[in-house]
Amino acid sequence: MQNWIDAYSWINIRFLLQGLSVTILISVISVVLSFIFGSVLGIVRYSKIPYLSKIIGFIIDVIRNLPLLLIIFFVYFGLPAFGFKPDTIPAAILAMTVFESMMIAEIIRSGIMAVDIGQMEASRAMGMTFTQAMWHVVLPQAYKKMIPALVSQFISLIKDTSLATIIVVPELMQHGQVVYGQDPNYIIPVFVAMALMYFVVCYALSLLSKYIDHRMA
Amino acid sequence: MINLLSSNWHAFISGFGWTLLSSVLALFFSLIIGSLFAILEVVPSKILRIIGNVYVEVFRNIPLLVITMFFYLVIPLYVVKINGFTAGTIGLTIYTSAFIAETVRAGINSVDIGQMEAARSQGMTFWQAMRYIVLPQAFKYVIPPLGNQFVNLVKNSSVLAFVAGFDLMYQGNAIASQTFETVNTYIIVGLFYLVITLPISYYMQHLERKLA
Amino acid sequence: MKRLKYLMLMITSLLLLLTLSACGSKPLSSQNILENDKQSKTITWGVKADTKLLGLIDVKDGKEKGFEIDLATALTKKMLGKDAKAKFVTVTSQSRIPLLKNGNIDAIIATMTITPERLKTIDFSDSYFDAGQSLLVKDDSSVKKVEDLNNKTIIGVVGSNSVENVKKFAPKAQVLQLPDYAQALTALKSGQGDALTTDNVILAGMAVNNPGYKLQGKAFTTEPYGIGINKGQDDFRKAVNKALKEVQQDGTYNKLIVKWFGNVPGFNYKEVLRK
Repeated sequence: MQNWIDAYSWINIRFLLQGLSVTILISVISVVLSFIFGSVLGIVRYSKIPYLSKIIGFIIDVIRNLPLLLIIFFVYFGLPAFGFKPDTIPAAILAMTVFESMMIAEIIRSGIMAVDIGQMEASRAMGMTFTQAMWHVVLPQAYKKMIPALVSQFISLIKDTSLATIIVVPELMQHGQVVYGQDPNYIIPVFVAMALMYFVVCYALSLLSKYIDHRMA
Repeated sequence: MINLLSSNWHAFISGFGWTLLSSVLALFFSLIIGSLFAILEVVPSKILRIIGNVYVEVFRNIPLLVITMFFYLVIPLYVVKINGFTAGTIGLTIYTSAFIAETVRAGINSVDIGQMEAARSQGMTFWQAMRYIVLPQAFKYVIPPLGNQFVNLVKNSSVLAFVAGFDLMYQGNAIASQTFETVNTYIIVGLFYLVITLPISYYMQHLERKLA
Repeated sequence: MKRLKYLMLMITSLLLLLTLSACGSKPLSSQNILENDKQSKTITWGVKADTKLLGLIDVKDGKEKGFEIDLATALTKKMLGKDAKAKFVTVTSQSRIPLLKNGNIDAIIATMTITPERLKTIDFSDSYFDAGQSLLVKDDSSVKKVEDLNNKTIIGVVGSNSVENVKKFAPKAQVLQLPDYAQALTALKSGQGDALTTDNVILAGMAVNNPGYKLQGKAFTTEPYGIGINKGQDDFRKAVNKALKEVQQDGTYNKLIVKWFGNVPGFNYKEVLRK
């Protein structure tokens, strides 16, 4: 019992919460960026532009099929060869963004494909350009359908930030390791606290997604 | 790069083997455990339903790394001694089973409720009806996404590197830090992953197009 | 429609920015790190975050603390003047050399032994600390010396030379490499291995708040720690060596040794004092 009280001292909890805030910071920035990049990539892949769509499709498939851990290594250890030397947090954001953009691109593409093809044709017949039809008719419906998939991707992203501990990003997992590194008796309390923090954030999001889904249905 | 590959061939291949083994084992067991908890989520008993629900929600919302580290560092301290490979595979199994449970449950729910009632009125017990009528139909929904699930498993198995599970990533880390050829080593590691994941994922895309 | 254009514009400019920043910097080999640092009055050091007594993150303020941190701060002031700043980037045994070669950090001061293999890729300063490899085991362990580890499991850290060394003394030992010392120590306690091997000074730091574990046997290698510096940065290396001599001569070095190692059971700080 004493272990638990000592482990949950305000100093330790504060340190874990600082880690959690970095986790959330990385997740939120990455999700916004990868939503933008992912949408563009997904639309480009869908629109069958000669060569470009194929090439982008291939890049998406390759990155999507690699472990995120490798992407983190490539960004942190590989990018500096091109003169770009990110710190740990920007490196984590960049790696998450690269990886998640590809995942989201696929969600967007299948979301667009799920919208009735007739709608695109009807809009074009009414004199809209491809971009207009996409922007005003297809995308709004596609995004509505994709909300659950997008939210669950966001939840995966939050969980996946824990992998960034390998390059000593000061996020929740890393801070947890520092805390239980102090004293062997802290290990279970720290695991419980870490699991709880991840759970609360992720579960809240999944409830929110269910609520939105319910409202829109 | 070819030099790097040939002089570390054994390490890469054995890592590749452990990665594959861990993924296959985890897929097999998570299918069983996932189905079990999916059934728990739809049984008449409220307590069992809650247990099923809690299991799924808890393990879907906690990072795989946390689960794996817990099995590697905490379980041996108090319960039973397990090595990194086992801890990693158990972590993968539990994590994946929560996702499979969701798919199976959706499959079960998609089966017309009237079928269950008809079977019960014929004198079948709940479990008999589940076993012979509902589950066979539900699995039709579950089998196609399994390919994608396996791709995810192979990618996720890289957490074994955190617990000395001898997988591809673990070998890659060791080779990279001994040869100092960091990026080249990881390119080779990436190619090994793609050998498994790309064909499966292309095959899945092909299947989806055919079914659509 | 307007919004879409705006979006496209934003993305293109972002991409452009990325490429520009990529082209902006000169290759590392043509830069003089010492001159750069003199201008910015800052040296960026790669330090450990998980090694008690040498480089450890303090949960109270999130700052790195330890002998190497203090030494790096002292060296920075000697090299660039009293108002200079030491910036710290936390590294692991695995990440430190790639980060140095990439130029994320100017120098490594992170429990790194000067070895012939590493000298092929990077340069080292003169040694700043004399460690030796040893073992950490449970109090009642049957492992008395490194040779006892044959057919047993030993834990080390990815990227440290300890795992290579131990293979020479106990070729039949199974070696598990974990990402960092915090994990390695926890794994030892969880019974994942029969001993943890690395340098005695790191192990002494671990033994301090882990009763029931002790350093076993004499150090079986000598591990002179050096500051890792990129090849071709001779000005920087000379400046580090000069500063290192100065802190040893004016007594700062010994003061730091006493501060950090003066009261560590199982570790005789008098052996590492320097004149």
